[in-house]
Amino acid sequence: MEKQQLIRDESFEVEQREWKVRQRKERGKQLLTIVSPIFLLLLWEVLSRTGILDIRFFPPPSTIVQTFYDMIVSGTMAQHVGVSLYRIFIGFLAGVIPGIIIGLLMGLYSPIRHFVQPIVMALMPIPTLALLPIIIILFGIGDLSKVVTIAGSVFFPVVINTAAGVLNIDKIYLDVANNYQTSRRDFFFKIALPGSLPVMLEGIQMGQAIALLTIVAAEMMGATSGIGYLIWTSYKAFLLPEMYVGLILISFFGYLFSLILRALQNKLLPWR
Amino acid sequence: MEGKPKITVEGLMKAFYKKQGSVIALENISLTVEEGEFVCLVGPSGCGKTTLLRILAGLEQPSVGSFTIATERDDRPLQSMVFQERGVIPWLTVRENVAFGLKMRKLPKAFIEERTNFYLKKTGLERFASLYPKELSGGMKQRVSIARAFANDPEILLMDEPFGALDEQNRFILQEELLSIWAETRKTVLFITHSIDEALLLSDRILLMGAQPGKIIDEIIIDKPRPRKIEDIRKDPEMAAKFIEIWHHLQEEVLKSRE
Repeated sequence: MEKQQLIRDESFEVEQREWKVRQRKERGKQLLTIVSPIFLLLLWEVLSRTGILDIRFFPPPSTIVQTFYDMIVSGTMAQHVGVSLYRIFIGFLAGVIPGIIIGLLMGLYSPIRHFVQPIVMALMPIPTLALLPIIIILFGIGDLSKVVTIAGSVFFPVVINTAAGVLNIDKIYLDVANNYQTSRRDFFFKIALPGSLPVMLEGIQMGQAIALLTIVAAEMMGATSGIGYLIWTSYKAFLLPEMYVGLILISFFGYLFSLILRALQNKLLPWR
Repeated sequence: MEGKPKITVEGLMKAFYKKQGSVIALENISLTVEEGEFVCLVGPSGCGKTTLLRILAGLEQPSVGSFTIATERDDRPLQSMVFQERGVIPWLTVRENVAFGLKMRKLPKAFIEERTNFYLKKTGLERFASLYPKELSGGMKQRVSIARAFANDPEILLMDEPFGALDEQNRFILQEELLSIWAETRKTVLFITHSIDEALLLSDRILLMGAQPGKIIDEIIIDKPRPRKIEDIRKDPEMAAKFIEIWHHLQEEVLKSRE
């Protein structure tokens, strides 16, 4: 009996050693992930300080950080960021909300789908940015034209994913709903909406990325403020540290938004 | 056993129209299931048994012919179906799944609560009530599906190979659980399976179906007293003889459909 226990203990020990080795390797990999961006920044810093990289095009990260700080202190940062975030937020909603509604209608009612689909498919490949001149003529150079441009770009991935989300709901759940005498209203709220949500949220995630791409380009043309304007005018005035600050802002907000949407996804889809 | 007829199917036909060659899925099906009877439909795949069940479930329309389900109480739904394993809705918790039929019928909250709790307890799902189906094993999911159908208290129950995806040991356990719940309610059940053992254990009567076109070729009465256990069925030489009889019928049908 005791012998049995000894053999057991030994097998646990063997497995524990293996486990520790695996853990160490895992930590090593995590460390690599943290080290890689730091390594790149250090390399950049050294290369531009030693003059191997042209400092006019690649100012050292420390200079960019200094500029970043100065812009926060002077208040220009808050102004540009505030304006851009406002436009992104309103434009995003103005694209997502009709996208969801039309997408759900397309998914639920096949005549609507057959009618709307060709229009969506024909318009989708046209970059909204190519329409920017017309949009500016129609909506002016203020916030409205940027909002319309963003809404136009965000709309398509959302509408297509929402419709696909409804259509991809497993047929067996429709049978269950039918068999248990689900009303139209309950069918919408208990089956169609939750069932299409995962794919719909993927579309919204895509829309979010597109909104950031669009705002920069939209603010380069016919704008007097915003992150895109900051990047464009700094570039034209050859103030490259300021331009890099603009790029960092875009990267930061892109990351932040996808984190927020990921969190929202986990919250809305506990069943996945 | 001469009871009131509960399900009556008369001259039911189902054809599927396709441009290149239409097919008759069900040919001239007539059958009666009595009140409180447990009937299994056994047949090779493609014999139209699922189509027949879906017609009775109101999910498909017959091409010709009709069926009636006798109603005893007006506030009862006509039928509820126990689906195959994927039929549990993944975005609803176990409790919400079990309560689904009752909620859809807009019954009073307290009543739903009570009935749901009763069947959660009966199927041993109480501890899992607030979990989502992804966290359950296949057997547990089917308990949810069974609880949902019984909680809805329909006139008849339709079951579409509910244990088809389970491993053999789990299947034995669920079959006996199903029988014990059924024994309390004595609902009329029409149950589809391709397992002869399952049919022998569960049924009062087995309807054998042939394929192409789907039709009922024979019926076999199982009068073994209840409650039954899988061991009793396996030990009983009479049941063994019935197994072989059914197997010969089905074998013929399967071979015919390969020609």
